[in-house]
Amino acid sequence: MEFQGFERPKDLVGVRNIVLVVAIADCTEPAARMIAEGIEGAVPVTHHHGCIAMDVVPTLVGVARNPNVAATLLLAMGCEGIQAEPLRDEISKAGKPVDVINIQRIGSTRRAISRGREMVSGMGDQAKKQQRKPFDVSRLVVGVKCGGSDTTSGLAANPAIGVMSDMLVDAGAAVVMIEPIEAIGAEKPLAARAVNEGVRQQILKWIGDEEKRWTVPGAEMDFMCRGNIEGGLTTLEEKSLGAIHKGGHRAVKGVLKNKEDYLETVPPGGGFYLQDGTHSEPAAMSYMAAAGVHIIVFATGRGGSFGHAICPMVKVTGNPDTWSRMGEDMDINASTIMEGKESIESVGKRIFDEVVAVASGKVTLGEQLGFYNFSLWRRDPRLEALLKIK
Amino acid sequence: MKRAIMMDERDNVATALASLVGGERVEVVSSAQEVLREVAVSDAVPLGHKIALADIAKGGAVIKYGEPIGRASGDILVGDYVHIHNVESDRVPLTGHMLRSK
Repeated sequence: MEFQGFERPKDLVGVRNIVLVVAIADCTEPAARMIAEGIEGAVPVTHHHGCIAMDVVPTLVGVARNPNVAATLLLAMGCEGIQAEPLRDEISKAGKPVDVINIQRIGSTRRAISRGREMVSGMGDQAKKQQRKPFDVSRLVVGVKCGGSDTTSGLAANPAIGVMSDMLVDAGAAVVMIEPIEAIGAEKPLAARAVNEGVRQQILKWIGDEEKRWTVPGAEMDFMCRGNIEGGLTTLEEKSLGAIHKGGHRAVKGVLKNKEDYLETVPPGGGFYLQDGTHSEPAAMSYMAAAGVHIIVFATGRGGSFGHAICPMVKVTGNPDTWSRMGEDMDINASTIMEGKESIESVGKRIFDEVVAVASGKVTLGEQLGFYNFSLWRRDPRLEALLKIK
Repeated sequence: MKRAIMMDERDNVATALASLVGGERVEVVSSAQEVLREVAVSDAVPLGHKIALADIAKGGAVIKYGEPIGRASGDILVGDYVHIHNVESDRVPLTGHMLRSK
């Protein structure tokens, strides 16, 4: 099976043709927005951790290198701790156009905006010349995520997405699942899927480290809440098994590292991977984008009204009420499972087909709205040091 | 007839796909929607909550998704409502704080 994608340097393929305008820190965010405003394909992004949070750099570099991005403009104030030139040099290793505007050096905000618009328009014109070409489905990298979960998530949307994950892996594609917090309680079945002992140890560490971060004495967090119990979830094991179902049942090839100074991308060759990161939806999606994910498939019970700047999102709900109320936001109806009208397998196949269509350019319902999210999670290196997490 | 879904063939519980009243008979279906059997529920079971498909002695594993999700904290009989009143986690015990938190 094939999809129509954009060829990128370094033997990569993209499914979108974005010109990214990156405000290196929040100071330049308004100017970055004005640079991108109204230019087709231009997407402005920033983060809100200031300019000395060096640990966000690997994610910023990763998203700019994501094959859905055709070219990148970095917008610097000039005095940031995160310097534009080393960032540009790292991004340029992807072989795609990347340039810098330094507001203090160019002399004024107005001049920076005007020059930025010229550059982004030029990058967009170049990107538009690219035609989609056929590529085998094995070239796709798909992320899976859930949020706004309810009792239907573990019965319908997540298991159906799991069928899709297995179909993709069987077709030679790669699937990535982040969110170690939700695997707490499902260590055994997940570790049993490791391709070898080394990966088994990585999986246990992936979950164990996350448990340490959320059980700091005096600042513990509950892994279950009243809403879970009222919805029918009895134990953490049950909750976690339902959540990890979206990752299917194939062998785990590795845990992608995500450190202060390094973010591992999905290796070529397909297969199922876990990724170190967070559970907070928009930030988790940025981590996946930075690892090279093309499309994110999102399971929700209660609904979700967001998209991602780099990766189109396919939203799946298993809740019949959510489908009837929020159907115009949901790409796939999995509530047919709850109503006895369709098998989990059949819904999984529909999600697979939708992902291939979106890879070829089908506009998702979220993309139709034209808005998107972009945020970065800050894994505070001080906490990692205090908890002795290496 | 209302339905309950058995997520894996190894499971000893099924999850109600509709709210059930005590004494009601329910069809147990597989993930492929095939009717596997019928079971009469002993008590009311809300949508998304579980029903025992077999007797589970105190200390026995409660199995969903083909994996243990906890242990029976008392004897459970086929058709019983299965939840926090008769199951304990092997991983994280339920606390009063969890029951209060949203």
